[in-house]
Amino acid sequence: MATIDAGQRSPDLAPPITQVGPIAWVRQNLVSSPLNTGLTLLCLYLLYLIVPPLVRWAILDADFAGTSRADCTSGGACWVFIQARIWQFIYGFYPPEERWRVNLGFLLLILAMVPLFLRGFSHKIGLAVGLVVIYPIIAFILFYGGMLGLPEVETARWGGLFLTLVIAGVGIVASLPIGIVLALGRRSTMPVIRLVCTGFIEIVRGVPLITVLFMASVMLPLFLPAGMNFDKLLRALIGVALFSAAYMAEVVRGGLQAIPKGQYEAAHALGLSYWKTMGLIILPQALKIVIPGIVNSMISLFKDTSLVLIIGLYDLLGIVQAATTNAEWLGLAPEAYVFAAFCFWIFCFAMSRYSLHVERKLDRGHRR
Amino acid sequence: MTEPAARAATADQPMIVLRGVHKWYGQFHVLKDINLDVQKGQRIVVCGPSGSGKSTMIRCINRLEEHQRGHIVVNGIELTSDVRNVDAIRREVGMVFQHFNLFPHLTILENLTLAPTWVRKMPKAEAEDVAMTYLKRVGIPEQAHKYPLQLSGGQQQRVAIARALCMKPEIMLFDEPTSALDPEMIKEVLDVMTELARQGMTMICVTHEMGFAKQVADLVVFMDRGEVVESNPPQEFFTNPQSERTKLFLSQILKH
Repeated sequence: MATIDAGQRSPDLAPPITQVGPIAWVRQNLVSSPLNTGLTLLCLYLLYLIVPPLVRWAILDADFAGTSRADCTSGGACWVFIQARIWQFIYGFYPPEERWRVNLGFLLLILAMVPLFLRGFSHKIGLAVGLVVIYPIIAFILFYGGMLGLPEVETARWGGLFLTLVIAGVGIVASLPIGIVLALGRRSTMPVIRLVCTGFIEIVRGVPLITVLFMASVMLPLFLPAGMNFDKLLRALIGVALFSAAYMAEVVRGGLQAIPKGQYEAAHALGLSYWKTMGLIILPQALKIVIPGIVNSMISLFKDTSLVLIIGLYDLLGIVQAATTNAEWLGLAPEAYVFAAFCFWIFCFAMSRYSLHVERKLDRGHRR
Repeated sequence: MTEPAARAATADQPMIVLRGVHKWYGQFHVLKDINLDVQKGQRIVVCGPSGSGKSTMIRCINRLEEHQRGHIVVNGIELTSDVRNVDAIRREVGMVFQHFNLFPHLTILENLTLAPTWVRKMPKAEAEDVAMTYLKRVGIPEQAHKYPLQLSGGQQQRVAIARALCMKPEIMLFDEPTSALDPEMIKEVLDVMTELARQGMTMICVTHEMGFAKQVADLVVFMDRGEVVESNPPQEFFTNPQSERTKLFLSQILKH
């Protein structure tokens, strides 16, 4: 007869199949009640209505290869259109023989940024600051030219994804520091500074970006002395950066307000000056808290760049839209917009994922 | 840094002088004509009911609060709205807070080396040596690479004391250092403070720990409603309180 030894446990049995695994998942999430079962069936029906035609249009019946409209014969999406225009979508009207400059510019940026993602590299902040200061100069020389033997490519010829990235990049990089300064200014004890910063934020936030861009492109030249003229793209860049900075300032201010008063007091009591207190104690904590808000602003800025279309700059969306009105490719707007939407999504999604990664990494340090 | 000349001239003066200090929060008169002299090496315990202005008083000494009338002179430097004076005083005055106020995004070691490297311009290696010395003195060198929130309250407060000491201050201010601690952690913090007193640090402690006051203080200052009601050596203060308010306070606080 077998005896049960109290000290020796029999091996645990696997839990019943009705409690773990796919069957249990289906039971718990899809058919847990008559209402849920009904909703599940309804959703399945809707998916049946939507997905197969979409797949048929976008992939199964689509034409991928070819050079002209005549190659689109099977009734699905005509990706030939995108393929034929892809270089224009990417570079705008940048002269084809000079496109290597754009490629080189972005390659340099990517190479310079690689150490930022490496775990062991310890001078990340120094490198980032260096990049922000030096790279714009290199990029300007490469993209605009007119010196060092590079032929000049005026900004009116910049366009497509290239222009989108330039505007979004400058906007994102410039708006964060300006936003931080505005946020600090708004909380300053000096009335003049506080008034100026609050006034700027409230005015800029109170008007649509389109208005800011119109003002920059139409009204600004009226106020400037005759003969003095800024580049249209430069005006748009300043407009976008300042507009975005106002939003960024409010995001940062939210973070500043979340830092307990004791942190300021401890820093002051140790003899740290205002700027050292902010730079070493307050901002590192405040910015960490508001990473989601900052990235939210960045993503929204990235998409807002498409508004420069109204002042005559052809960003990715602008140039895609222009291409659909070409007589040769009439009626292919859906393909064009799907393509543009996909490009925007790739970049925005990447930003979102990267911010999650940064958040997790920063959190790991001082989690309890 | 204060010039040596300025320091020498004040050698025989008290470290801290408060003369006729008044402060208002709006209509509320928090400090009423406070006069206090603290000699070098003197240990002062300030007690009193909550809202009596004792924290406000010591926070005025390093300008976390501004006084509106009267004079405060610390280590020969008068506290005015001149930022340089404020900075000079803050370098000489260490402060420990009720809620520790460690910097949660920095490790213990970074908390300790931050001010010496950025304010005193000490080389990093030297600052780390100093930091480890003080961490050993408060008994937790093994926690150097942890973050503040990974430590217990008592450990955090000991780190806060070490952080203030790393600036090599002439004076230490303690603002209810044990009030936010669990009872079993109070002793470890008081032990560190007692040891500090034994080494001759000039200290002002706002605390309700009457045992600490009896054992360590040279002078016990009792405050109520913004006034210094009584200030006497502990022996005198506890056995022969002068005013009714002091007697009432002592009867309430010593009951348990």
